[in-house]
Amino acid sequence: MLKKLTAVLLLATAFSVPGVAYAKDATLAIRMTGYQGPPAYLAVYLTKPDGSYDSTLWVAGTQSKYYRHLRGWIQGVSGSGERLDGITGASVGSGRTMEVGITIADALIDAGYTIHVDSAVEHGAENQDDVVLPLTSANSGTVVSGSGYISAMAVTF
Amino acid sequence: MIRRFHSLAGLAAGVIVALMAITGAVLSLQPVLDHLATPSSGSMSVAALAEAVSAQLPGVTRITHAASGAITAYYDAGAGELAASIDPATGNVLGATAPSPVFAFFTELHRSLFLNMNGRVASGLAALAITVLSVSGLVLLANRLGGWRKLFTTAKGTLSQRLHVELARMGVLGLIVSGASGIAMSLNSFGLLPGTDAPMTAFPSNVDGGTPAAISTLSALQGLDLSSLRELTFPYLGDVTDVFSVITANGQGYVDQGTGAWLSFTPNGLGQTIYETIYMLHTGQGLWWFGALLGLASLSVPALAITGGLIWWVRRRNQPRLVGNVPARHADTIILVGSEGNSTWGFATTLHAALTQAGHKVHAAAMNSLAASYPSARQILVLTATYGDGAAPASARNFAARLRHFTPVPGQRFAVLGFGDRSFAQFCHFAEETQQAMLDRGLKQLLTYESIDRQSAQSFAKWGNDLGAALGHELTLVHAPVVPVTSTLALLDRTDFGTEVQAPTAVLRFALPAGEVGLIDRLLGRTQALRFEPGDLVGIVPPGETIPRYYSLASSSRDDVLEICVRKVSGGVCSEFLHGLEPGQTISAFIKRNPDFRPQPGRAPVILIGAGTGIGPLAGFVDGNRRHQPYYLYFGGRDPASDFLYAPLWRAALADHRLAGLATAFSRVVGGRYVQDSVREDAANIRKLVASGAQILVCGGRDMAAGVRDSIDYCLAPAGETVTGLRAKGRYLEDVY
Repeated sequence: MLKKLTAVLLLATAFSVPGVAYAKDATLAIRMTGYQGPPAYLAVYLTKPDGSYDSTLWVAGTQSKYYRHLRGWIQGVSGSGERLDGITGASVGSGRTMEVGITIADALIDAGYTIHVDSAVEHGAENQDDVVLPLTSANSGTVVSGSGYISAMAVTF
Repeated sequence: MIRRFHSLAGLAAGVIVALMAITGAVLSLQPVLDHLATPSSGSMSVAALAEAVSAQLPGVTRITHAASGAITAYYDAGAGELAASIDPATGNVLGATAPSPVFAFFTELHRSLFLNMNGRVASGLAALAITVLSVSGLVLLANRLGGWRKLFTTAKGTLSQRLHVELARMGVLGLIVSGASGIAMSLNSFGLLPGTDAPMTAFPSNVDGGTPAAISTLSALQGLDLSSLRELTFPYLGDVTDVFSVITANGQGYVDQGTGAWLSFTPNGLGQTIYETIYMLHTGQGLWWFGALLGLASLSVPALAITGGLIWWVRRRNQPRLVGNVPARHADTIILVGSEGNSTWGFATTLHAALTQAGHKVHAAAMNSLAASYPSARQILVLTATYGDGAAPASARNFAARLRHFTPVPGQRFAVLGFGDRSFAQFCHFAEETQQAMLDRGLKQLLTYESIDRQSAQSFAKWGNDLGAALGHELTLVHAPVVPVTSTLALLDRTDFGTEVQAPTAVLRFALPAGEVGLIDRLLGRTQALRFEPGDLVGIVPPGETIPRYYSLASSSRDDVLEICVRKVSGGVCSEFLHGLEPGQTISAFIKRNPDFRPQPGRAPVILIGAGTGIGPLAGFVDGNRRHQPYYLYFGGRDPASDFLYAPLWRAALADHRLAGLATAFSRVVGGRYVQDSVREDAANIRKLVASGAQILVCGGRDMAAGVRDSIDYCLAPAGETVTGLRAKGRYLEDVY
């Protein structure tokens, strides 16, 4: 029994330890404004210090046919070949709050990377860069406000 | 089986399906309003439009072209995007626009009930439910009317049943389209329909990056007509590496803002094109008139849900309470019941209980529910009454047809027990027919055919002994007859006719007991409530008796009087009792609805043929003909001086056009003849009336009704029409006693 447990624990650490070495678990919280319309699609992604697309952190909204409305993000992600499995969730309704766990590589923090959020609503506006937040340790937990459908956002890592 | 499935699905999904239908009907108005509000478009290139819009709205980010033809430009005004509607003919800004909050609300309610994913699942299940209900309902209707070709023949039954059938026939095609396309849209929203969504196309890597050219000079946009544009997204202002994204009716692609060339274009797949069509059919976007038709069709759903619920409830309430009814496939004994009222069901319930107590697994059902086979059954016991002139009672009308598809299991045996009244000529005729049909089907007899006269509990007990002997155990059937719930009515007045011609006939008028019955009761077709129309029946239980006798009603409950016309039959317990009544004396009575014997509404003529007391309900119809529909009455009596029933009514009705024509026939005068003779003499007129859509209603004795059928067949032969043909269309109705 004990042997079995040890084996399981060993197996678990074998998978998790390499991740811990270079990634941080972070929490992404977003509160939406009160608006007219169905739940919004959001894309939360990182850009490199030169402003070019780096990687996706989270996508709210599952139907890929609407992704083209998340304009800044779709340009980057469409050519990246990234898989969105595991970092996609439900779209977020008017006035709702979303909180999800994301993973950010340690090496990107305080290295000139920036978090962007694009938002769009069916028959409504498309907001490229609804929120822009430099990925710095100082910004961890800082509440910033959005310019479109997002009322407020905070990333804690 | 299908009926049960249809009922249960309807009960389970009724509310949500009705909600979906109502919200869908509201949403169907959107394409119609958009169609009315959108100016017609000219022929214009996308380049010219984009140039015009960008000149007026410098911050323009995208232009959309809706299926309705409406063009909307979105532009960045510093604090978020704003929308403006654009004139499709000129490209001029018409003014600010915003999505209608009303339609946005109903869209979200319709597709997710404001419950996000769970709501979307519910909405998809509602689409599945309406499709399943429509299809099962169609099959049920075809079964009930006797085949697919008879799908549009007259619906019969109570008000709720007729409403249910009529509304369903009007709406069903639309509902199937809405439901099936709704299922597809729901599956698509869960990503379960591969190939229906536009693929994510890669952002082009071959962007020129040079100085942006004037929009009007971009060749790709010049070559694109506005009519095929769906959406044009402008490059991000000041970003020379960004491009125009274009979605057309055929696909999507990117256009270089410097060179004006197509950088890439991905045509729509077949799946996408099919899905777009499904979307258009469901929403009416791009096909506003079709959407409006679907919206109208879906308005039938709430009424169908309500009437369907009522029908289920009434059927359930009228179903005898059988304790421990075993499913048909597990039962060793099947009891099949043919019953017009519920009295035969009473005997079946007694039999069911006794057999169950003796250790049998018993299944009882209406004869109409005959299955294709009963795999576990050793014996099939048929208990049936006979209706009218030897016809099948209500719960056995489809039995003969179903028996043709019935396969007996080897060793299965049967017994038929008929219920009736020996004073009628066609005593137990249908039961005898059933006996013969079962033999013809290759089934072996368990017991010889027997009949029960006037609900005799003794005869029934004896048959039970015989059955027990055949099954090899004791079987004691103690039947307590079900006495209907009656009201007490006092005689107001009576008018006597026909004593001089040996046909004493009385028109008896009774006061109704106080107390109103509401609209709901009428919708429910409540049989025991004192709410009635001419042509319905009143069951009267003579003192000291348990078996009611039925008489056709000559008045409506709205007249606040119950009127019947009774001929005195010597030895007839009830007629002698009624003829002995003096004003103030009372009877015990209840109402039995007879909704299938009614004149058709509308403008078409109605031919009423009656003799003797059969005139009663016809008088009621004429009296209530306030819309002056052309009614023609053929009246049969013995002597105008003695039994000219309702003569004052006919005079008044002819004067005020409630009656368009009256022909009389008297049999005990010089040159006497019967009513069927006067019908025959009037052949040309009958033919003309039937050609113009007339319906024929016959009420009277058995012999008279047979004579009238012959006469009508004779009249219509030159026109190639028959009584049988008219009957199938609901245009030949009989009330025969």
